[in-house]
Amino acid sequence: MPAPSGCRAAHILRRACVAGVVFVSACSGGVASGPPVLRWYVFDEPSGAFATAARRCGEESGGRYSIEMTPLPTAADQQRSQLVRRLAARDADIDLVGMDVIWVPEFAAAGWILPWQGDDAREAVRGRLPSAAATVRFRNRVWAAPLTTNTQLLWYRTDRVDRVPTTWDDLIRTAESLGDSGTIEVQGARYEGLTVFFTSLLASAGGRVLAPGDTTVALPPPATERALGILKRLATSTAADPTLSTSREDQGRLAFEAGKASFMVNYTYVWPSARTDAPEVARHMAWARWPSVEAGRPSRVTVGGIDVGVGAFTRHPRLAFRAALCLASVKSQRTAVTMGGLPPTTEALYDDPDVRSVFPFADLLRQTLREAVQRARTPLYTDVSLAMMRVLHPPSEIDSVADVARLRSAVQRALDSRGLR
Amino acid sequence: MRMPREHRLGWLLSAPAVVAMAAVTAYPILAAVRLSLYRYDLRFPDARTFVGLRNYATILTSAIWWKSVAATLIITVPSVSVELVLGMGLALVMHRALIGRRTVRTAVLIPYGIVTVVAALAWRFAFDPTTGFVQGLGVLDRPWLSARWSAFTVIILTEIWKTTPFMALLLLAGLALVPTDVMRAARVDGATVWQRFFRVTLPLMKPAILVALLFRTVDALRIFDTVFVQTRGALGTEPVSLVGYDTLLVSLNLGLGSAVAVLIFVLVTGAALVIVRGMGDALPEDRLR
Repeated sequence: MPAPSGCRAAHILRRACVAGVVFVSACSGGVASGPPVLRWYVFDEPSGAFATAARRCGEESGGRYSIEMTPLPTAADQQRSQLVRRLAARDADIDLVGMDVIWVPEFAAAGWILPWQGDDAREAVRGRLPSAAATVRFRNRVWAAPLTTNTQLLWYRTDRVDRVPTTWDDLIRTAESLGDSGTIEVQGARYEGLTVFFTSLLASAGGRVLAPGDTTVALPPPATERALGILKRLATSTAADPTLSTSREDQGRLAFEAGKASFMVNYTYVWPSARTDAPEVARHMAWARWPSVEAGRPSRVTVGGIDVGVGAFTRHPRLAFRAALCLASVKSQRTAVTMGGLPPTTEALYDDPDVRSVFPFADLLRQTLREAVQRARTPLYTDVSLAMMRVLHPPSEIDSVADVARLRSAVQRALDSRGLR
Repeated sequence: MRMPREHRLGWLLSAPAVVAMAAVTAYPILAAVRLSLYRYDLRFPDARTFVGLRNYATILTSAIWWKSVAATLIITVPSVSVELVLGMGLALVMHRALIGRRTVRTAVLIPYGIVTVVAALAWRFAFDPTTGFVQGLGVLDRPWLSARWSAFTVIILTEIWKTTPFMALLLLAGLALVPTDVMRAARVDGATVWQRFFRVTLPLMKPAILVALLFRTVDALRIFDTVFVQTRGALGTEPVSLVGYDTLLVSLNLGLGSAVAVLIFVLVTGAALVIVRGMGDALPEDRLR
């Protein structure tokens, strides 16, 4: 016989009460007197670089504030859904927001982050790479300070190829001629990475998703058809990974580190990772510019990164702007690159010896970033991206002619906020 | 016949439960129905307008919705049917086991005790070309989750593995209802094992089968976690609940998303009614008449 249920219930209730009391007292600890604690909601950066910067900024504030990090989930879509739910509910706990560059227009238009004014706005973008500075601008205002940036390079095995392919056609041909080990790792799963991959292909073909102003569809037929054609050709080639339709950045990295692939388009984090996890592969690992679509026309690759904004419902706006400037300062960027391998947004840092020792490809990275392309700068970006990946996935079933119209109408419906996606 | 006084007492005693249910079930459902009549995007709160049934029209004319209904049925029908057969087998084993009865029951229940997300991840890794052991089994060597039908297969297998114990447990309760003297009488009359099972056990178990089928079908129609973990709805494996999730929590479209939620509610209720009607005479109330 189990214990009489009344007794059990009372026991559970008592435990719940104790837990409740502990919880309440733990919470009230934060309201204690002293300098205000600013909460920075940002993804859980694994190396601790963001936490280090947050601590340093608090110490350097001369006791005016301290910064506490509230880590968000690792997956970008889950970071966003957690943030927007809090911000839509006007959460005053969010003083500082670490935003993926694609959320800035959305958060700004919804009134979830505060616009920057005067000197602060100028300081936020001073000395930044133009592509990074562009990520924080929306409707002629500055909405955040760019902390890190990111873009993809082509990684390849020097022991398997003696000449770097410069165009996608060339790359696919070269990889096919290598047989089993010729695999090219790209992002083909139905997620943001696929939209990024397609956006880079499209921009390299001379097209763009939205027309200047970001309110109407561009997707010019010749360039769109060319980009779709390359995606299709790659997906149906023997050089594609059989798991292409579920591949994300990390699966690509693992396959490359396991020696299964000879080429990969991926972010810079794969370099420090290969050096620690697969030194044998790293010895033969080299980098090159992301392949171009047309010979002679350099590729244009999608820019990513993290921007620091100020939550619209913060109780300490003035301090939060100061803190955001410090979190995105050159010092913090240096911490982010040396500890976490995250590319800096301040252009001058690419000449810094510390940065160049982390990124021996610093010049190529800077050049790629200078000519990088933005994803659509619209508050409806998430909808646009979802609509695009629905048409693009699975890449092996793309019809490069018919899908131009499908893609255009899907993006148009997303911009009109019409229908499911 | 019940006494009126007793009747009143009955209502009084169940009042707290009714109030609690109204607060946690009826209110959210009604709120969702109300929201579904608005064009309401969390990002543009000022643009909120009453649109009547337009959200429903949008969904019901959308290919995405009907594809997701198809995907939901493709997952539900095979998994529930296989679970019913396997569950019945397991229930019979548990019912008849003479030695180690407790061990058998505990072992059978283990999959059901595992968190769905963990189970879904375990199956995903098992079928993954780099980490999975399934690849070592010769003919099974293929990227399972990268093609539509093989992805469905993995999802359905996960569901079956995970919830067959639940089915078995419900059916076991039904088996216990079959009176032993009826079985003995059937045996004396010369009925074979199969005759006893199909002519005596099954009809007497009908109410338990109905309950098991109802619970599992309703559950399977709302499938979310397994698909979210294994394919995230790619390759046409997107069930209706994932469409609702994307509309509500990714697109932040509260009006349209609520309409999806209401339609899922209607779909599930409809399926439940069909099952109850289909099993008609097996309802306990009917048998008392």
